[in-house]
Amino acid sequence: MRKPVEQLEEATILFAGDSGDGSQTIGTQMTETTALIGNDVATLPDYPAEIRAPAGSLAGVSGFQLHFSSEQIHTPGDLCDVLVAMNPAALKVHLHKLKPNGILIVNSNNFARRNLRLAGYEEDPLEDDKFTKYQVFRVELTQLTRKALEATQLTTREMDLCKNFFALGMILWLYNRPMEYAMKWVKTKFAQKPQFIEGNILALRAGNTYCEATEQFAVSYDVKPAAFEPGTYRNIEGNMATVLGLVAASHQSGLPLVYGSYPITPASDILHGLAKYRNFGVVTMQMEDEIAAVGVAIGAAFSGALGVTGSSGPGLALKSEAINLAMIAELPIVICNIQRAGPSTGMPTKTEQSDLLQMFYGRNGESPVPIIASSRPYDCFDAVYEACRIAIKYRTPVIFLSDLYIGMGAEPWKIPQLSELPEIRPDFAVSADTGNGFEPYLRDPETLARPWAKPGTAGLEHRIGGLEKSDVTGHVSYDAENHEKMVEIRAEKVARVADDYPPTEVFGAQEGEILLLGWGGTFGAIRTAAESYVAGGLPVGHVHLRHLNPFPNDLGDILSRFKKILIPELNSGQLRQLIRSTYLIDTIGLNKVQGQPFHVFELHSKIDEILKEIGHL
Amino acid sequence: MKRKRTSRIPGGAPTLTKKDFESDQDVRWCPGCGDYSILAQTQHIMPDLGIPKENVVFISGIGCSSRFPYYMNTYGFHTIHGRAPTIASGVKTANPDLSVWVITGDGDALSIGGNHFIHLMRRNFDINVLLFNNRIYGLTKGQYSPTSERGKKSSSTPLGSLSLDTPFNPISLALASGATFVARSVDIDSGHLRPMLKAAFEHKGTSFIEIYQNCHIFNDATFELYREKEFKTDNTVLLEHGEPLVFGAEHDKGIRLNGFQPEVVDITNGEYSTDDLIVHDQYAEDTTLANFLAGMSDTSDMPHPMGIFRSVRHPCYEDLMTNQIRTAKERTGDGDLEALLNDGETWTVS
Repeated sequence: MRKPVEQLEEATILFAGDSGDGSQTIGTQMTETTALIGNDVATLPDYPAEIRAPAGSLAGVSGFQLHFSSEQIHTPGDLCDVLVAMNPAALKVHLHKLKPNGILIVNSNNFARRNLRLAGYEEDPLEDDKFTKYQVFRVELTQLTRKALEATQLTTREMDLCKNFFALGMILWLYNRPMEYAMKWVKTKFAQKPQFIEGNILALRAGNTYCEATEQFAVSYDVKPAAFEPGTYRNIEGNMATVLGLVAASHQSGLPLVYGSYPITPASDILHGLAKYRNFGVVTMQMEDEIAAVGVAIGAAFSGALGVTGSSGPGLALKSEAINLAMIAELPIVICNIQRAGPSTGMPTKTEQSDLLQMFYGRNGESPVPIIASSRPYDCFDAVYEACRIAIKYRTPVIFLSDLYIGMGAEPWKIPQLSELPEIRPDFAVSADTGNGFEPYLRDPETLARPWAKPGTAGLEHRIGGLEKSDVTGHVSYDAENHEKMVEIRAEKVARVADDYPPTEVFGAQEGEILLLGWGGTFGAIRTAAESYVAGGLPVGHVHLRHLNPFPNDLGDILSRFKKILIPELNSGQLRQLIRSTYLIDTIGLNKVQGQPFHVFELHSKIDEILKEIGHL
Repeated sequence: MKRKRTSRIPGGAPTLTKKDFESDQDVRWCPGCGDYSILAQTQHIMPDLGIPKENVVFISGIGCSSRFPYYMNTYGFHTIHGRAPTIASGVKTANPDLSVWVITGDGDALSIGGNHFIHLMRRNFDINVLLFNNRIYGLTKGQYSPTSERGKKSSSTPLGSLSLDTPFNPISLALASGATFVARSVDIDSGHLRPMLKAAFEHKGTSFIEIYQNCHIFNDATFELYREKEFKTDNTVLLEHGEPLVFGAEHDKGIRLNGFQPEVVDITNGEYSTDDLIVHDQYAEDTTLANFLAGMSDTSDMPHPMGIFRSVRHPCYEDLMTNQIRTAKERTGDGDLEALLNDGETWTVS
C-alpha cells in the first residue's frame, strides 16, 4: 500500500559529506529533476577549497543546499527541512541549519569511533537528548549500497562511490520525484564506464525502495509545480549564464569572442564553458598569468574582436594597470569579476561582494569605468550581455560583477528569444572622414565614443597608447590644459552611459518609510524579505541596482522619496559609502562579512527594528 | 614557407617607399641613440616585405625603445611595461593576417615582462620581437638592467657599490623558452640588421632578434667591441648556415669545440684548418649547437656570434587555433545560438 503523501508549499534540503562523497553531484541531480517537474528552485553549493581534505575531517565537508517551491522563490532557503549527513563531520558543520523537527538522515556506517573523533565528538552525538527535537533516521547507507550492488562486478571501493545515489534515491522518494532524469544523466555521464551506470542506478533504486519498503518513513511529501510565465525554461548556473551571455553578445554583434583567462576560483567555470564553443568562433586562451589574460583581451579589441577576460578579486588586482590602459586607449573590453571572500587570498570558496570599491577606485589616476552587476544566476546572461553592449557602444572597458553565490548557484531560466536581445553594433571606422586624415579621438557628439579602426583598414593607420593624448588627433601630449580636458571628456563619456538605462524599477512601495537598496547577489534575500512586507501592506520598497557606475539618473529622486534607506551588503558598507558621497544622504547599513549569503530572517530582523523605531510595528 | 618577396603589393597598389612608413611625429630619442638606426633600417625594409602597410602593427611596452610605434606610419600600440607580448598575442590571434612586431628593451622584456617573454616564445605566434639591448634602464635614468654585467656601477648602485645580479643572456633565454627563430644583430650595422629583419619577417613563427644597441647617455660604449669597426672583426663571428665559424680581420681565427667547450683557434699556423671548426647549422631541431653559440657571449674571451642562431619550423599558435575552430565547425556546424540557449533539458510552460 502506498504510504500517505503530504502536500507542502516548499522544501529545503541540504546534502553534506566528505568532498569525495558526491554531495554536489546528487544536489545537482535533485535540482535538475525538481526544475524539470516544474518547481521554482534555487541552490547554494558550499564546498571547501581543498580538493580532498583528509577524509572525515571538518575541513573536508562539502555541502549542497537546494530550496524548491510551488511559488516563485529567490533564495536557496535559510533553514533546512532535511539534512543528509554522510558522516559526523558533516553533521557537526551543518546541524545548526536544520529546522526543529527537521528530518536528519545520517549514514550510520560512518558513525564509528574513529569518524566521531575526527569530527571532534567524544560520544555518538545522536545519543544526545537534544536530538529528540529532530526526526533522526540512521541508515546504513554504505552497507545497504554494497548489498544492493553485490551482484555487480564492482569492487567494494567502487560500490562505495555509488552510495550518494542511494541517498538520492531516498530523497527522490521522500519528495515524490521521478528517478528517470537522474538515470538518464548517469547513462550519459558514465557512457565510458558502463559498470558505474549499473552501480549508480541500482543504488538509486535501492534507496528509493528502501524508503517505500521499510517502516522508517511513514509519509512522503510533494511540492506542486510553481506558476511560471509561459515560455521555455532550463535550469542554469550563474557562470553558465555568463558563458551564454558572452557567446550571445559575440554572435549578435558579429564580433569573434576572444576570452583570456588564468584559472581562479570561482571564475574558472567560465573558461571551461567557453572553451567548448569553438564552433561559435570562440577563442579561449589560458594565459601565463592574470595580466597576460587581460592583455590578450586588449590586443583582441585593438584587432576588432570582442575581448573579454574573467577572474576574481586577486586577479582583478593584477589586471588593474591593463584595465587602465584599455580605459585611456578607449578600447572595448569586458572584465568579469566573479567575487569571492577577500582580502588577499581570503576564502576562495566563499562568497562576498567586497570588491565594489576596488572596481570603482583600484586604478591610478582618474579612471572611470562602467560597472554592471548581475543579481541572480540567470541574470548573469542579461548583465554580461549588457556589459558587452555598453563596452562596444562607448568604446570603454566595462566591469561585470558576479559572485560565487550566484555564479555557482542555479535556478530555472526562461530562455530568451533572439529577437529580444538588444542590438549591438560595432560600427567600425571605414574611412577618414575629415580633411585632416584619420583622427582616432574625434568623438561621436552624442556618446563621446571615439572611432574604432581595425588594423587592416587602409588609410586609418594610427597609433594609440597609455600616454596622455591630444584631443581629436590622439597624438602624445603633455599639454596641461589638454590633460584636464581629456580627463573631463573621459568622465563625461562614462557619465553619459546612464542615458542608456531604462527607468529604475522600484518594487513595492514607490515612496514611504523604507527603501531597501541592494546590488548584486543579495537580490534573492532582499526581494524575499520585501515581498513579505509588501504583502502585509507595509510601506517598504526595493531597488536593486544593476548599474553601479554610473548610477541611474533617476536614483537620486527615488532615494529622496523614502524616509529610511537600508543598504544590505555582504561587505562593510561599500555601496553605502558611494551613495553617501554621491547623494549626500545618510543610509542604514546591514552588513555581513562571513563568506555566506544573507538569510532572509536577518533582513526581517533589521527591517522590523527600523519599522518599530519609526512606529510602524 | 617563404613569402613572395616583392615591393609591389598584390592588387596593383602603388609601390611603397621608406617614406611611406615614416609617421608625422618628431622622433625624440637622445642624439646619438642607437634607436635611430634601428628605426631607419626597419622603415627601410618595410616596402620590401610585400604587404600593405595597413596590415602592419607595431606593439611596444615601456622604455625608450617602446616609443618606436609612434614613429612608424602603420598601426601601432604603445602599451604598458612588459606587457607588449600579451597584447601582441591578442592582436595576432584575433587577426592572423596582420604582420605583428613587438618592440621591447632589456628591462621591458626580461625584467617586468620576463614571464610574458618566455611564454610568447613557447607559443610560437607568427610575431617578430625586436629586443633593443643596451644593458641599462635609459628612460628612468640609468639603473642597472637584467642584462647589465655583474659589478655594474649605476645610479641604483650608489656609494661605489656594484650590482650583485647575474645578467640574463637573452639568446639563451629565448632558446630555452622554445623560440623557433633566434638571431642577434647590431643597431648601426645596416648591412647586417636589414637582412636579419627580413629573415625575421620571413620566418613563420615567433622570431626573436637581440639587437645590441648603444645608450649614448647612460651606458655609452657598452658594446664597443662588437659594434665599432676597429674592434668588431676580432670580437664578433658571423653565423652563416653551412659555413665554418671563421672570424678576424684576416679571417685568421675560428671556433672549434674542445669537448663541451667552444674555443678560439688560429687557422693560419697549420695546427688547425677550417675543417676543424664548428660548421653552423641554423636549421638544427636540436638546440645544443645554438646553446653553445649563445654561451659564447657569457665569457670575455670569445667573440660574440652575430646572425641567426636557430631557425626551425613549428606550428604557430594562431594557426592551431584557427584549425580548432574550423574542425569544430566542420564537426558540429556553425554555432546556432538559438540551439545553444535551448541546449540540455528544457521544459515549456504554456
